[in-house]
Amino acid sequence: MQQAELQAQRIRAAMWFLLPMIAALAFVAAYPLLRSIYFSFTDTTLTSLYTGQWVGFDNYLNWRTLPSGRTIYRGTLVDPAWWNAVWNTVRFAFVSVSIEAILGLMVALVLNANFHGRGLVRAAILIPWAIPTIVSAKMWAWMLNDQFGIVNDMLFNIGLISEKIAWTANVDTAMWAVLMVDIWKTTPFMALLCLAGLQMIPRDVYEASKIDGVHPIKVFFKITLPLVKPALMVAIIFRMLDALRIFDLVYVLTPNSAATKTMSVISRENLIEFDKFAYGSAQSTLLFLMIALFVTLYIWLGKVDLSGDKQ
Amino acid sequence: MKALKSAAFYLLVAFIVFIAVFPFYYAIITSFKTGTALFQIDYWPTTFSLDNYRDVFNQGGFFRNILNSVLIASVTVCLSLLLAVTASYALARVRFRGRGLLLMTILAVSMFPQIAVLSGLFEMVRFIGIYNTPWALILSYTIFTLPFTVWVLTTFMRDLPIEIEEAAIIDGATPWQIITKVFMPLMWPALVTTGLLAFIGAWNEFLFALTFTSSTETRTVPVAIGMLSGASQYETPWGIIMAASVLVTVPIVILVLVFQRKIVAGLTAGGVKG
Amino acid sequence: MARIQLQNVRKSFGAVDVIKGVDLDIQKGEFMVFVGPSGCGKSTLLRMISGLEDITSGDLLFDSVRVNALAPSKRGIAMVFQSYALYPHMTVYDNMAFGMKLAKAGKDDIRTRVEKAAKMLQIDHLLDRLPKQLSGGQRQRVAIGRAIVRDPQVFLFDEPLSNLDAALRVQTRLEIAKLHHDMNNVTMIYVTHDQVEAMTLADRICVLRDGIVEQVGTPEELYAQPNSLFVAGFIGSPKMNFLTGKQAEAFQCHTLGIRAEHLVMDNTNPVWSGEVVHFENLGSDNYLFVAIGEEMPIIVRVDGKVRLPLGSTVGVRPQAENLHRFDVKGKPMRQ
Repeated sequence: MQQAELQAQRIRAAMWFLLPMIAALAFVAAYPLLRSIYFSFTDTTLTSLYTGQWVGFDNYLNWRTLPSGRTIYRGTLVDPAWWNAVWNTVRFAFVSVSIEAILGLMVALVLNANFHGRGLVRAAILIPWAIPTIVSAKMWAWMLNDQFGIVNDMLFNIGLISEKIAWTANVDTAMWAVLMVDIWKTTPFMALLCLAGLQMIPRDVYEASKIDGVHPIKVFFKITLPLVKPALMVAIIFRMLDALRIFDLVYVLTPNSAATKTMSVISRENLIEFDKFAYGSAQSTLLFLMIALFVTLYIWLGKVDLSGDKQ
Repeated sequence: MKALKSAAFYLLVAFIVFIAVFPFYYAIITSFKTGTALFQIDYWPTTFSLDNYRDVFNQGGFFRNILNSVLIASVTVCLSLLLAVTASYALARVRFRGRGLLLMTILAVSMFPQIAVLSGLFEMVRFIGIYNTPWALILSYTIFTLPFTVWVLTTFMRDLPIEIEEAAIIDGATPWQIITKVFMPLMWPALVTTGLLAFIGAWNEFLFALTFTSSTETRTVPVAIGMLSGASQYETPWGIIMAASVLVTVPIVILVLVFQRKIVAGLTAGGVKG
Repeated sequence: MARIQLQNVRKSFGAVDVIKGVDLDIQKGEFMVFVGPSGCGKSTLLRMISGLEDITSGDLLFDSVRVNALAPSKRGIAMVFQSYALYPHMTVYDNMAFGMKLAKAGKDDIRTRVEKAAKMLQIDHLLDRLPKQLSGGQRQRVAIGRAIVRDPQVFLFDEPLSNLDAALRVQTRLEIAKLHHDMNNVTMIYVTHDQVEAMTLADRICVLRDGIVEQVGTPEELYAQPNSLFVAGFIGSPKMNFLTGKQAEAFQCHTLGIRAEHLVMDNTNPVWSGEVVHFENLGSDNYLFVAIGEEMPIIVRVDGKVRLPLGSTVGVRPQAENLHRFDVKGKPMRQ
């Protein structure tokens, strides 16, 4: 088939239009990513960025057999601190996203109802989303303060606790503190995505079920939930990916707490603070692999029509 | 029964609003308290003093930090939009081989964990010699603002009526003229929304800002707030921190409330439509 | 002022063939209407002529020059879209001037042409308005005006009236006919699914079905000598009555077609008779639906004054010269 002038011109233009963007992404994303992965196979340190030697998988796993016959394993994969971070991250992501999904859906259902001041409520729930993470971490750190925090005061006053809790410092509660702030901050995002999904459900579906006299709870499980599920699933996976890479909230709210240290936090700690540049790179590479797995899952589950061809 | 039901509903609504707004409200009333008043738990404003706000600026550098944040976020967003507008036209409107793959890659990059590129970027920033300058952050923020703007603008661009573009083609417009003379004027609400969302993303960023800056003058607002400390290690200056927090949050909250409808549309374009 | 020839033109989207070999010769200054049911490929064919759609194979000639690969803007065409496709952010004036501005025409030249076209369409008082401030009919005029300003050799219309309400549709139809009359050298190609529009506007009609030309001819030819069962059923309102089985066999054909207006009531010497099952009053005419043992009742046009109770039995007789006989393949059988 002969290429028409119009098509040829458009495709030529498209290439020129895309080139700067692709070049920029290659420069700021692809190259650094490959370098990071490369670093994870070397013994590079912060002070000797250019003299690192290739060490293979040593940063991930290596072993040495002592003369006594005992084998010593080293590397990220046998580092209990790393596995603790993995466990923290996964637990955080799972719990936060689950609760956010449920609460988000509930808030969305409320916002989807017709009532006075709905716009005001929607504006109000946007506030947590708009506040910078660091700021919300600080705000909550203050509210969760053991001596002068208002949260302890409230719980004390209504009799839920008998003594003040050091939320962020205590090993048992630190994770709950992080979860609390994260849920507070990101439930609005969930709710808005769910609301968008809810609003795509045609009203007559509800009217029909009302005329048929279906119980509201049954309506929710048989009509609303299945129809809102695609939007909800996408939102969940979006949030999941976000939660898996969490850094700032944990870093500021519960600094240096082993109970909350996530993969991103521990990677950066090794990279920059402990001058184990290559070791940190290995950890960040592992996190990247994990997230890559999830992205694949998202695209596969979401069955996104990426080309946008509507035919 | 009906009245009870609706009372319960409004109670739920009130609860949601309370949870959403209270921390911000509490930060505001705290920021007006000084001295010992700070350590008395009050649910209502009791004292009103602007001392904390004065101290934030006297602490040195905070004004500079705000300027840094504004500058870095604005430049990043402008650069991203510039690159994204033409790219999203190509992705949304021109059919070519590999388009699906390219879009998928862009989506994947936008979900990237920033930590995965940290060491590579660190090397690059050092190598170019922009460590501890705003350019280090402008460069690194592009990694998430660019894919995001491309993605959202592509979904917006897809929804523009095809016949308008065809009319322009028949009128003899080149692709560049279609973008600049026909689509851009129609897209400005989308551009504002996308730009605003990207701006908020850049404004809030912490990891890169923490890693690529090392002095008070070059820090951005989130790092500055994260690092605010008192005279001694054990004395956290809560009043000043809350004042600083309120200062950087109020403009964002106002922006978000003003543009709330557009923001919701932008968020869902980036999320649900896929 | 262009003669347009299509020679074995084909179009496929991937594995789907949309246009399956079309040959067509459109004369200079002719008003050609493409008509057919939705999905027949009529719009695709128009878009191929405009250059918006690639031609998979075959030749498209404008005045004997092959233009397959030529960009739309260089073909000397103008197009009016179904949705009008006005630029929402430009005033009426700018909408009409956009093409000339891109072609870097002189300011005065543009003004003269735009104002002339606006006057012709009686939209000269709207030049400073934005499209959203106009009614549907006015928008349609602006779209036509924008096309006129391009001073095209070929005018393309893609279902331009389908977004207008019924009254406006008739009025605009008249104006398009007048436009064709005034610009008597401009070739016009008009796509519609509405056979009434086709009949009233066209010099010649091209009936398309599944990407194939069923018949090309003047409205009279299509009405009087349909080339296939499909055309016979598509052209004319109400739809032509088709009789099969025994009734058709009596006339030595597979399908017998007879239009409602070619049936006369004849109770003394009926060819067919049956019960009146339905009755439609259109004022000037009445349509009787008579069940004569076919799957569908046949429709008979009678004078508007005739009143018959439902259930009464009537006899009808076809006008012998207006019978259409079709063979098994749906092709007409001529004596």
